[in-house]
This record gives sequence, structure tokens and C-alpha cells, in this order.
Amino acid sequence: MPLYVYILRRLALMIPLLIGITLVSFLIANAIPGDPVAANLGQRAMSDPEIVEAFRREWGLDKPVVIQYITYLNNLLHGNLGRSIKSRRPVMDDLKSFLPATFELSTFAIVIGMVLGVAFGISSAVWRNTVLDFVVRLISILGVSTPVFWLALILLFIFYSRLHWLPGPGRLDVTVMPPPTFTGLYTLDSLLAGQWGTFLNALKHLILPGFVLASYTTGLIARVTRSSMLEVLGQEYVRTARSKGLHERVVIMRHALANALIPVVTVIGLSYGNLLSGAVLTETIFAWPGIGRYAFRASVSLDFPAIMGVSLLISLIFVATNLVVDVLYHLLDPRLRTG
Amino acid sequence: MVLGIFVVVMWVLIAIFTPQLAPYGPLEQNIPERLQEPGPGHLMGTDQLGRDVLSRVLYGSRISLPFSLLVIIVAFVLGTIVGAIAGYIGGIWDELMMRITEVFMAFPTIILAMAVAAALGPSLINAVIAMVVVWWPNYARVVRGLVIGTKKNEYVEAARAIGASDFRILARTILPNCVAPGIVMATVDIGNAILMFAGLSFLGLGAEPSTPEWGRMVSDGIDFFDQWWMSAFPGLAIFSLVVAFNFIGDGIRDLADPRMRRQR
Repeated sequence: MPLYVYILRRLALMIPLLIGITLVSFLIANAIPGDPVAANLGQRAMSDPEIVEAFRREWGLDKPVVIQYITYLNNLLHGNLGRSIKSRRPVMDDLKSFLPATFELSTFAIVIGMVLGVAFGISSAVWRNTVLDFVVRLISILGVSTPVFWLALILLFIFYSRLHWLPGPGRLDVTVMPPPTFTGLYTLDSLLAGQWGTFLNALKHLILPGFVLASYTTGLIARVTRSSMLEVLGQEYVRTARSKGLHERVVIMRHALANALIPVVTVIGLSYGNLLSGAVLTETIFAWPGIGRYAFRASVSLDFPAIMGVSLLISLIFVATNLVVDVLYHLLDPRLRTG
Repeated sequence: MVLGIFVVVMWVLIAIFTPQLAPYGPLEQNIPERLQEPGPGHLMGTDQLGRDVLSRVLYGSRISLPFSLLVIIVAFVLGTIVGAIAGYIGGIWDELMMRITEVFMAFPTIILAMAVAAALGPSLINAVIAMVVVWWPNYARVVRGLVIGTKKNEYVEAARAIGASDFRILARTILPNCVAPGIVMATVDIGNAILMFAGLSFLGLGAEPSTPEWGRMVSDGIDFFDQWWMSAFPGLAIFSLVVAFNFIGDGIRDLADPRMRRQR
């Protein structure tokens, strides 16, 4: 099957999935006992039936659920995700303004995780059963076991509160003006505007949340790289390469690595999708104005236009990264290309 | 793996004998002794209400451990039932159920759990429900695959030939051959369940205020940033338990995978 047919088929399969997702998020938002009126109106307002009634009418809560759902789908087709009850802005605008922060942070984190994880994994497999292997395995198991919120607090305590080496929560110091918006990524925008001070400040703010987010990813990537590398190193063609008298470095880098990295690509892709879909805990602790924190706030205030909008966006990102991973898989693995 | 088992057993014993081990009650307040640093009187210090952090951490084992296990067990049973039925019946039911699991899996776990937990209102049981909603599809898919593989075997046909009912075939002939990989998967997942459970509580979507739950305690400590012991010790408890379960999970996975056994 040519690649483009495969991609088209996958895209077509996404449509029922997306409809299912709207349905699930709609059910969560509606069929469950939580009352958005109580979550969004103050106590005084709640005691006034007129205000409550007006609130219900304004958000369409007085209509039957089926009508609400159909209205929602119809609006969705026109690119309208409704209006957030909490921020009173269109959900689409909210998402647009929160996505770049998440994108910047997760890209930073996945780069750290990828570089460290792959390097750890390879060295641990090549020098198997040495002290190095033991240390790497320990680090990677600790990485996937650390509660991120706890790690975040400890790092903040050490590097911000005590040593003053790195800044606290937020994307920039309070005294620093955000750069003019091109992409919404502060590091890139400040570079484009030639504001070095702002760039350095934004970069410093990325370090702590970036490493916190990368801790799990690094551990995961290191583990997968190691086991995949070990499997490949035991293959016949590696033995052949060695018996041809090739240098060990060539055997590892050219013959083994290329094949060992295929499953690693999947893990990296899926982790990236996971990070992009908002690191709720990390973003909340670091007051990072991203998708994860938005999702958290929307959930807590039962702001269901926002919950549905953010769920939809997140699942879209998730499904899209899955697709990219599968396509990469096809490109990397010649056996799948012909098969 | 031995170390992992040791730590888990230790925590289980702590959970059972907490009342004997803890020097104070988990809710016992002593305002004059509030915010004390770790020292001889309070090995892990005290919190903003003068409650002994050590005692609260010990009592926390009675929440994190059983509730996380509950999540995995319920999700496993539910997933197994759905997956087994889908795999056994096949056809349109199978198709439908798998599409449903796909929808659930398209949501990142924490977001879905968070939305459900927030909608149900924060409580320990609701956090469990939220996590089960997120977790069961994984098991359903694995078990379904195994059932489809197993039902082609001749002994299944033999069971049918002697007139066993569908239910009997599924429950007595097929499932016993499928549960082992599912159990391996569930064991590996316990660590993640503990992490997510603590995470939900940390966000205020699990344990109610003042409950000695580890994630909750870490988040209570945020407001008292310089009193690091309030967050550090409950976090360390989560960490030690998750590391231990991950060691065990790794060990079990290696044992279950003959290829890994040979490589060792």
C-alpha cells in the first residue's frame, strides 16, 4: 500500500474516533452529578433563583441533553467550540493562547529526554552488566518512579528558594516584558525580536519544569533503548558484521543502532504526544500557562465548554502524534514498506 | 526484585500495624508545637496544625496502598470481562467494544481521570472510579487479543464438542490460559496507579482535606515552602513504594519473558 493511501485511510478512521471523543467528553460533562451552576456561581447568586435561571439559559443548560449535544456538534463544524464559562472568552481563543506555552515546554522536555534517554540506553546495553549499566538502570527506574509534583517541589526548594540559581514559577520574571508575539514561544519570539535578555530569562524559566517533565520520559526512553539494543545485539547480522572484522564502533553505530532505534521512535513519539497534551501536574506547580493547567482549571470549575474543547484538542494531538509515529515507522522499517 | 519485595512487605506491615507504630494519631493536633523541624520529639517534624508528620506518613500507607490496588483489581476484572466477551463473540460486538476502548484511550489518562474526578466531586472512592474509567481499556484490549488467540486451540473445540456452554468454555477453558499475561501487566501497573492516585489527590481531586493521604500531604506542604519536611517525607513514601513496585514489576516481566531470562 502506498504511503499516502495509508495516511488517508488513517485520517478517515480518525473521524469516528473524534465523534466518539466528543460524545465521551459530553457525557462526562453532563451525565455526572456535578453541578456547573454551583461550581461557577457564588453562594449569594445561588440563593437567587432568577440568577440561577439566567445562568442556565445563557449556557443552554435548560435544554435537553440531546439538543445540547447536537448544537455543540453543529458549532464544532463551524470551528466554534463555545465560550468558556470561567474565562468568558471563546474556548478556541483560550486554547490558542495556552497551546504555545505547552508546546515550548514539552519540546524542551522531549529533547532532554531523547538525548539523555538514548545515550543512557545505548551505553547501558553496550557495556552490559558493568557498573555503568547498573547506574543507568537505577536512574531510569528512579525516573519512572518519582512523583513529578514532589520532584518539582524539591527542585524548586533547592535551586530557587535556597541556592537562587534558577527562577521560580512562571514563563518569565515579573519584571520582564513578554516578547512581541509571532509564534507564542517566548524563546523563539525573543530571538526573532533580538531581545537577548528576554531570551535568557525565558530559557532559565524552562530549565526546572523541563527537567521535571523529562525525568519520566528519560527513564522510559532509556529502558526501551536498552532492551531494544540488547535484542538487536544478539541478532545474527550483528554477529556477521563482527565476524567480517568490522570495528566494534561501526557495528554498534551502523548495524545495530539503526534497527534498535525503531521501537525507540515509537516511545519518543508517544511520550511527546503525552507531554503536548499537557503536563497537568508540572504546569500547575510551575504556574505554566499551558493546556494542562487550563484543563485542570476547567475540570475543577466544571466549565464544560472548556473541558470539551480541551479534551478534543488533546485527543487530536494524541491521535495525530500516533499517526506521525506510525508513518515514521513505515519509513524506518523497510519490511513494512514492502509488506 | 528482592529489594522491591522487601520494601513492599515493609509497607504492608506498616499499614497493618500503624496504630501500634505511629507515635501520635494522624489527626492529633498540637498547635503550640506547630511547624517544628524534624528532631527527637517528631522524627519528621510537625505540620501547620502541630500534627506529627511521621504518624501521618505511616497512616497514609493505609490509604495509598489499598486504594491503588483496588483501582488495578477493579480495572483488571472489568477489562477482562469486556475483553473476553468481545474476543469470544467477535463480529460487530467486538468491533464496537474495541472502538469504545479506543475512544477512552485517545484521552491522556490524567486528563480523563481529572475530568471524571472533578465531575464526581473529590473523594477517595471517586478518585478510584475515575482511575478505573481510565484504566480498564488497557486490560480489555490485551485480554481480547489473548482470547482470540486461545479460542482457535483444539482443546476449545473439544470442550465445545462435549457440549460445554459458551459461558463455561470462556470461563473454564479459555480464560485460565489468558490471565497470566494480564496479571503481569497489572503488577507492572501498580506503581503507576499509586503515582496517579497521589497525583489526583495532590490536585485536590482525591482525598478530602486533612486526610493523611500522601499526595494530599505534599500539596498541603506547598503553602509552607520553607518547612520542607511537610512535603518531602510523604513524597519520599510515595517514591519508595513506587520504586519497589517497579522493581518487582521488572522482575516479573523478565521472568515472564523467556528471552530476557536467557540473556541474564
